[in-house]
Amino acid sequence: MKKILNAAIRFFLYLVLIAPLLLFGVYAFSERWFFPDVLPSTWSTAPFLRLFSDPKTVGGLLTSIGIALVVSLFSLIVAFPAARTLGLRRFPGRQFAWLLFFLPTVVPPLAVGMGMNILFLRLDLAGSFVGVILSHLVPTLPYTIFTLSGLFANYDENYEYQAIVLGASKRRTFFNVTLRLVFPGLIVAGLFAFLISWSQYLLTLLIGGGKVLTLPMLLFSAVSGGNPSTIAALSLLFIAPPVLVIALTARQLNQHGNAIKEQY
Amino acid sequence: MNKQSNFSPPWLSLAPAIAIIGLLFGVSVLYGLAQSFGILTGTEQEALNLDAYRNVFAGQGPAGREFWSSFGFSLWIAGISTFVSAIGGFFVAVWLNGRRGRGSRGDTLALNWNLAFPHLVWAIGLLLFFSQSGLLARILASMGIIQTPSQFPVLVRDRLGIGIIVDYISKEIPFLALIVLAVLRSQAENFEVVAENLGASRWQRLRYVTIPQVLPSLLSGSLLVFAFVFSAYEVPALLGVRYPRMLPVLALEFFTNPDLNSRAEGMVISLAITVVVMIIAAISIKFEKKIG
Repeated sequence: MKKILNAAIRFFLYLVLIAPLLLFGVYAFSERWFFPDVLPSTWSTAPFLRLFSDPKTVGGLLTSIGIALVVSLFSLIVAFPAARTLGLRRFPGRQFAWLLFFLPTVVPPLAVGMGMNILFLRLDLAGSFVGVILSHLVPTLPYTIFTLSGLFANYDENYEYQAIVLGASKRRTFFNVTLRLVFPGLIVAGLFAFLISWSQYLLTLLIGGGKVLTLPMLLFSAVSGGNPSTIAALSLLFIAPPVLVIALTARQLNQHGNAIKEQY
Repeated sequence: MNKQSNFSPPWLSLAPAIAIIGLLFGVSVLYGLAQSFGILTGTEQEALNLDAYRNVFAGQGPAGREFWSSFGFSLWIAGISTFVSAIGGFFVAVWLNGRRGRGSRGDTLALNWNLAFPHLVWAIGLLLFFSQSGLLARILASMGIIQTPSQFPVLVRDRLGIGIIVDYISKEIPFLALIVLAVLRSQAENFEVVAENLGASRWQRLRYVTIPQVLPSLLSGSLLVFAFVFSAYEVPALLGVRYPRMLPVLALEFFTNPDLNSRAEGMVISLAITVVVMIIAAISIKFEKKIG
């Protein structure tokens, strides 16, 4: 009895694992699918081909990739020195800096985005790529800072002193010692910053004002008027990067327990 | 050796991050606040006033008529989603913790897997599965349980918000289970064994050993879930109905209204959401501090 229950729970767990992909897959490759049929009567790759021949979708894909790449790279570069200081040093005002980085993770993006909408209208940044990139930094930068400062809290600076004592230049120490030691954590933080930007809807809507069309924007408008197979194909395109990232970092996530508290 | 001298002073390395967050986040919040008081709006008649606050909290206009029912609806959705997720997450974690070793890595992957699906996509998946011509309705129809799509109950885009609740529960149970599991895996085993040796029954171990251990983390995590559900836009926008609407949907509709006066009202609603979320977050941090 207990064995059956365990097997049932585990079966359900793994069903949850593959069911969403299966669901989107069935819809995305369906051509004719009338109501009582459980499976489509005609399968086809047409929805996908339509997607890739549609300049709007291709444009959205490129826009999303471009914005998320710039946002995650920029977040890493700015967060790195800040996180190192927060993780390794105790100095007066540390609490203040911590609080300043913490607040954007608490205040809902809705409120930030609305205020930023007015601010960026004045600065003439509304509806521009730069504006959207800046707006995405509000959630990604604090996330990267906290993830990396956790990394630096367990970091041993003595490796750097050793390199310096042995005559390495500052530059060489940074690239051959510091960067190598934190590299895995850095990559994971960068990947998740990418995902946070990639799946951002509200800030893009409020700052981009319908002029910067990322994939979430296209997905949202497809839901209110598109057919199910287009919606499903677009969804699959949209979740490809997150699915890849989770699959690649599964081992890391296991070790860190629940390091990723950010929801996106 | 003076370690400090090798490296730049703390504020220099923090400066870029502080400048960016301070300018983007800080000034945005200030602009939002200013607009809620009727200034910096870009209109002709700028004067410091509390009109928008009066209109939202006690007005007879569209904002005032809908605000409190939306507030109640948001509390209902966030409350029930959090409650069910907390209980579900707890039991999933306890079950997984009892089965270490073989397959446990796969189980943790299963919990992390939901991170791969942003809320936006998860909501679309539910729409495709639970709508009246969705996959579940088709399966029931092929089994002869229902004949036409209209016989399938309205589970998404329904007035009780069941679709929204199902979405959040299915995403947040794994989230909370991971939090509880982290606590259990870090310490619980020995206490459990001690209790068992002293003759505690299964229920007694759960009640007096496991629950007190995980309660602070679970409560703190649950409050985070509540704050998130209370302030998130995408899911209620996709799975909700025209009336009643959750607060974030209401706030954005007023904010994007071409009538510039209603922008201030939208801002007030989103500030109301922010106040609730900040209070919840403060309580959550208190619980987290208790953990150590």
